[in-house]
Amino acid sequence: MATGDLALGLDQGTQSTQKRISNDFSIKVATVNGSGSQSANSVLLKSIFGMGVPVSGKNLFPSNIAGLPTWFLIRASKDGYVARKRDPEVLVSLNPDTAREDVMELPVGGVAIYEENLKLDQVRSDVVFYPVPFDKITATICPEAKLRKLVKNMVYVGAVAQLLSVDLGVVESGLRKQFAKKQKVFDLNFGAVKAGFDYAAEHLTKEDPYFIEPMNQTAGKIIIDGNAAAAMGAVFAGVTVVAWYPITPSTSVIEATTDLLKKFRVTPEGKASFAVVQAEDELAAIGMVLGAGWAGARSMTATSGPGISLMAEFTGLGYYAEIPGVIFDVQRTGPATGMPTRTQQSDLLFVAFLGHGDTKHVVLLPGSVKECYELGYAAFDLAERLQTPVFVLSDLDLGMNNWMSEPFEYPEKPLDRGKVLTAEDLERLGSFARYRDVDGDGIGWRTLPGTPHPKASYFTRGSGHNDAAIYTEKPDEYQAGMERLVRKFEGARKLVPGPVVVKDGTSKIGFIAYGTTDFALRESLDQIKKEYGQDVDYLRIRAFPFAQEIADFVATHERVYVVEQNRDGQMASLLKLDLPAEQVTKLRSILHYNGLPVDARTITEQFATKESL
Amino acid sequence: MATLTPNPKVNHIGLPILEYRGAKSTLCAGCGHNAISERIIDAMFEMGVEPERVMKMSGIGCSSKSPAYFMGRAHSFNGVHGRMPATATGAILGNHLLTTLGVSGDGDTASIGMGQFAHLMRRNLPMIYIIEDNGVYGLTKGQFSATADLGSRLKTGVINDLPGIDTCALAIQLGATFVGRSFSGDKKQLLSMLKAAIAHKGTVMLDVISPCVTFNDHEGSTKSYKFMQENDEPINELGFVASFDDIDVDYDSGEIYEVEMHDGSNLRLRKLLEDYDPTDKANAVRTLMEAEEKDEILTGVFYINTEKETFIDQLNLVDEALGSLPESVTKPPKSVLDGLMASLR
Repeated sequence: MATGDLALGLDQGTQSTQKRISNDFSIKVATVNGSGSQSANSVLLKSIFGMGVPVSGKNLFPSNIAGLPTWFLIRASKDGYVARKRDPEVLVSLNPDTAREDVMELPVGGVAIYEENLKLDQVRSDVVFYPVPFDKITATICPEAKLRKLVKNMVYVGAVAQLLSVDLGVVESGLRKQFAKKQKVFDLNFGAVKAGFDYAAEHLTKEDPYFIEPMNQTAGKIIIDGNAAAAMGAVFAGVTVVAWYPITPSTSVIEATTDLLKKFRVTPEGKASFAVVQAEDELAAIGMVLGAGWAGARSMTATSGPGISLMAEFTGLGYYAEIPGVIFDVQRTGPATGMPTRTQQSDLLFVAFLGHGDTKHVVLLPGSVKECYELGYAAFDLAERLQTPVFVLSDLDLGMNNWMSEPFEYPEKPLDRGKVLTAEDLERLGSFARYRDVDGDGIGWRTLPGTPHPKASYFTRGSGHNDAAIYTEKPDEYQAGMERLVRKFEGARKLVPGPVVVKDGTSKIGFIAYGTTDFALRESLDQIKKEYGQDVDYLRIRAFPFAQEIADFVATHERVYVVEQNRDGQMASLLKLDLPAEQVTKLRSILHYNGLPVDARTITEQFATKESL
Repeated sequence: MATLTPNPKVNHIGLPILEYRGAKSTLCAGCGHNAISERIIDAMFEMGVEPERVMKMSGIGCSSKSPAYFMGRAHSFNGVHGRMPATATGAILGNHLLTTLGVSGDGDTASIGMGQFAHLMRRNLPMIYIIEDNGVYGLTKGQFSATADLGSRLKTGVINDLPGIDTCALAIQLGATFVGRSFSGDKKQLLSMLKAAIAHKGTVMLDVISPCVTFNDHEGSTKSYKFMQENDEPINELGFVASFDDIDVDYDSGEIYEVEMHDGSNLRLRKLLEDYDPTDKANAVRTLMEAEEKDEILTGVFYINTEKETFIDQLNLVDEALGSLPESVTKPPKSVLDGLMASLR
């Protein structure tokens, strides 16, 4: 950024020497939780999107109903970077409690659009200040006092639109879409936008270099949050039983799933082909999921770290008794209650081995909203194919924020309902043994309760059992069952979504990441190339157990950096358990775990330090 | 009173009783649980329930092992300790057309499983929930459970100094729609109660006192055979007439409380306690609380409500089992996804 030029320009009070910065900056909107800023933030984000500019939004909100500070980050990026930018350049300050701190955090040459009476221009002199009397403007256009708190946020949208050259027509059509059937609400909100816009046009002189310019990079794209996307995956996979307990940040997975089921899964007679149960706790939620999976229904729950802790007992049962079920874990910051509204990738190891005894689970790792949909869908096929609980590990950043995406594709192939014997099959076979490995893939055939055949039943238990599901304490029978479970898990390596080899050239250095770390890492790799001339390789993991390509990637590099958002390098640890001994020393970790989504600069800096660049 | 159907070689769906048996019990000889298993076999046989149309659910403990010892032709799910209500709920949502029988114990229900028990009762999920209640942990060799009565004594001489939880009073208060207590040693009462339970639509909660011959059948125990034989106070005498039975019995209507069950069968309760109305919820709870103060062990059907919506009714489910719905029903067509995508642009 041309901060030197900018400072000079400021001194002279003109724009002439400034370098224009278009579609490559970040806006931080500071408001108070519960003040209704969400819809204003969303309107601004969608307006930038509507101008064809790649954009991303992040809601940094407190674990609180109302009153605590909240920030919304909007990043416009002509290069398509959607990760968090560490130092947002433009501040919209509507929260007196954090105003001074927020202004102090601006980079030199940054911009502060603020409530006039906060007098922030006295705090520092190396940023551009735009005072706006938000309260006064709001009072003029909104006679109803109790609505002012909400409407004020739309005034900021107008002022920002004017200052950054966001097309007012685009804002208007975005608002129209949002308030489609509510003309009065639209009028009030657009009036507020217009008032903010007009005030800025009349009273403020553009002194900063930041502009939104029309592009053509968002045509055909959608905007959606990861939780809504995961819900779509579940619904198109035919989910039928949903049991859950409310917990941030996973609740909206269930809300979105329920909305979709109510819309698209009610028969013409008004009957529901689904059941959604708010359970008494996560213990019960996962128990219901397994009960339903056992009875043949596609079932799911969604939770976060503390809920996962409670689900340990039942998932161990699911693993050993071999019952399908899908668990969405939208990760938040641990340990314990941690920071419920902050993000992290720190459930990986716990989930991979959740349960006492020798237990391991299939874990899918979506790295985009599209993959929340696709892997959310795939989880149901895998759970029934492998007859086991399957985890989908998303995180708060992916789940609760809005992301641009290519539209989702319809899954044309039929659902894979796995190995289930019908009464006709049993008639032909004469009998069956639930856990017998007749196909050599470690997966037995199951029957569903109610199958009309005298030989259909078996006894599901978490206690030691032989291949006919009969209680056993015989050493060889127990061990044979445990070994078969390993065969099944080994087979899963080929069934789970393989890694995405983003780049595999000739570099000696490889990077490995998963989930939302991908966004920042892609940007960081560009920085590394540009700033240090290193064109490194990158593979993104999408599932555990690991596909062979992951070991191959490590084998062909001298040093492999595993980038992830937790303190302990959990993916690196998991890889170390899986890789051949001679590969293990190649791994090193780049970590970010302060609760904010990782940014590119943090990765680049750690890499440069470790490589002594 | 209706008499029991005489045991024919086959029941009215043509099955011999052998088809209702399970594996050989590995519980102690004389364990009350074995007698309960026998009554379940008799009841299912006499009611002509297809064994394949039954799901047996259980938690952990001696009681929870017992589903292996009856109805081998029915699917069974022996889950984790205290969590049978959750697996049962899930299984019923997966297939609400089957008869679901849950077997739990006093530890499995009243201690580790209290939370799930409470919420199951509250939902009035259509199933039979049996507590095989011996007041003691058997598999870990004889610790008191939460249903052990205040002042009762372990073999080792340890006195229970906490009040027992009355699972029946609790179940009534929480929303179960058929609540009764019986004794594993009372064949007639238990069999009639189980048959009526099979006919009921909603949550049936039966607390069946089932003495533990190894750890809790001694002098000083309030859950022993001897204590129950001496202190069992039935509040009503059950007569169950199944819908397919063609029996007409004369009875004095003043003495009988007659309940028409959902499937068309009849439960006739001869009043032993003066004017006891089993549809009066508050009175049922009060009667149980008063009995506790008098150290009486009441048995019989305490509460019945054949009107209340079940959880399945509330969910307004389709007529087919959710678990066997075809893809054409569960997977929305491409046009739905296209519409959603258009709305997100």
